[in-house]
Amino acid sequence: MVHEETVYEALVNAHDEGHWAFGTGFDEPLAGVDTTVPDGIDPADLGAYCLMLGDDALVLAQRLTQWITNAPELEEEVAIGNIGLDLLGQARLLLARGGSVGVLGRSRQLATDTIPDEDALAYFRDADEFRSTALVEVENGDFARTLVRLLVAASVRLAVLARLRDSRDPVLAAIATKGVKELTYHRDHAARWVLRLGDGTAESHRRAQDGVEAVWPLLADLFTATDVETRLAAAGVAVDPADVRDEVRAVLTQVLERATLAVPDWPADAPPRGRLGEHGPELTELLDTLQGLARQHPAATW
Amino acid sequence: MSAPTLERPASDETALQRQFDATIAADHRIEPRDWMPEGYRKTLIRQVAQHAHSEIIGMQPEGDWLLAAPSLRRKSVLLAKVQDEAGHGLYLYSAAETLGADRADLTDKLIEGKQKYSSIFNYPTLSYADVGVIGWLVDGAAICNQVPLCRSSYGPYARAMIRICKEESFHQRQGYELLMTMMRGTAEQRAMVQDAVDRWWWPTLMMFGPPDEHSPNTAQSMAWGIKRHTNDELRQKFVDMSVPQAEVLGVTFPDPELEFDPGTGHYRFGKLDWEEFKRVVGGQGPMNATRLARRRAARDDNTWVTEAATAYAAKHEGAGA
Repeated sequence: MVHEETVYEALVNAHDEGHWAFGTGFDEPLAGVDTTVPDGIDPADLGAYCLMLGDDALVLAQRLTQWITNAPELEEEVAIGNIGLDLLGQARLLLARGGSVGVLGRSRQLATDTIPDEDALAYFRDADEFRSTALVEVENGDFARTLVRLLVAASVRLAVLARLRDSRDPVLAAIATKGVKELTYHRDHAARWVLRLGDGTAESHRRAQDGVEAVWPLLADLFTATDVETRLAAAGVAVDPADVRDEVRAVLTQVLERATLAVPDWPADAPPRGRLGEHGPELTELLDTLQGLARQHPAATW
Repeated sequence: MSAPTLERPASDETALQRQFDATIAADHRIEPRDWMPEGYRKTLIRQVAQHAHSEIIGMQPEGDWLLAAPSLRRKSVLLAKVQDEAGHGLYLYSAAETLGADRADLTDKLIEGKQKYSSIFNYPTLSYADVGVIGWLVDGAAICNQVPLCRSSYGPYARAMIRICKEESFHQRQGYELLMTMMRGTAEQRAMVQDAVDRWWWPTLMMFGPPDEHSPNTAQSMAWGIKRHTNDELRQKFVDMSVPQAEVLGVTFPDPELEFDPGTGHYRFGKLDWEEFKRVVGGQGPMNATRLARRRAARDDNTWVTEAATAYAAKHEGAGA
């Protein structure tokens, strides 16, 4: 119960975490976790892999956040906020894991010591050091395209993280276990919208189909393993993305068919350019906004 | 839901009015199906809608920093906060709907300028320190305004306020914590905090509304138990609590007349610029047009989404889809 006379007044000396509605648990993603790398795993590979998964989450969270205050309904503001928060949480854990095994690239030279690894990686790498895929980088487009992209991204990520629950890296396995619950909801939320839009009005159907046509080519580079993934998959740490292709294809085909949408031809596999640091101008623009303030004040603490 | 009283004979209405008055006098709650005077219903709809609109428009000033928040932790905290505000808007529109209002209609009235929202959100957020100052002062003032409303005579509003106040106090704490961290940072950061305090202090004091002598509805609202303290009482209380907090933080308020009066036990403070208040409430603040334009665009650009959801629901009614 809120006490009228004390809530505001007690601000200065309030250190009792218990009386805040949701706790204050946004701190130190890997606090208290044993981050030792298991035998036989190359830390550089493990870190690079964490950046791939972490960057996808960070970039998609940033894209979804662009909808906040612009969403079609207040319920959707809340839902998109939830999904964005989940993805940010995953990004923080994965980037912190990358940092914990020493994969920091140039970022650590640019960021001052007080800046935690997760922020050094998020704010002080340039686009060519990002390992995200074009699927999460491209502009949102309208609500239909945004939700089609989310459906695809959540389906792929869910399939990967479901397998990663058995990773030989216990930190990655724990992150995946948490993420699977979240992504199940993300995929379900996106699928429900694709159904409503595809099978809604003539306009929503047209927009959903346009969204599908725009997003489908981005599937091309999602299922080609990098050398890092191949090595780590062989070591029981990572997932070879080719292994999830059929599952993802089945899910997407089922949703689109139920949504009365035409399923485009599946694109031929292409080299994983994003995973290798090759990106379009959309990522550079996105990073300019994301990183601008932090880079203006490299010695600041927030 | 409709007002059930219009066709009743006068004698009946007198009895109902007596019952309503007795409920208020006993400090019990009026619930949606209870009889209530039309004036009470209308005043409450206006009050609750204005509050709901404030939550939704209030997402924008801080939302402007979501994409640029300077750490992932701050970005998470801010996103959670802005999301809470959308949730608050939802509860409050629901509370208004128990009085017979309709959310879409209220949104239209907001966008058409027929209903107001808190004028504080018509100021721009110029630096990241503004996010902290909004949490500390603006949310702090909102708490001072709203905690008494947890005892509002209207049940659904009172219950919504209990939950909202808990979350607001969390936001306020986070805002203050951000400012504390910035004050321990670089000289540039400290200057950002002081600048933000300088810009937000007076507009925050205006959040409590016009002085009591120019607040004609206060007496009736207090009699109805939908307002518990006068504007000036709440403003004074807020000033008294804020001064020591500013001292702990290491900032000053931009008011040379601010001074403790041992005789009254309160802080004296300078005159507020009520002309500015009128201008901003009247739509001439720095960000009024921007705020409403964005809300309008969110509605108009996405009408097709709502239409699609409605059409889909109609097609699949009863199919459990």
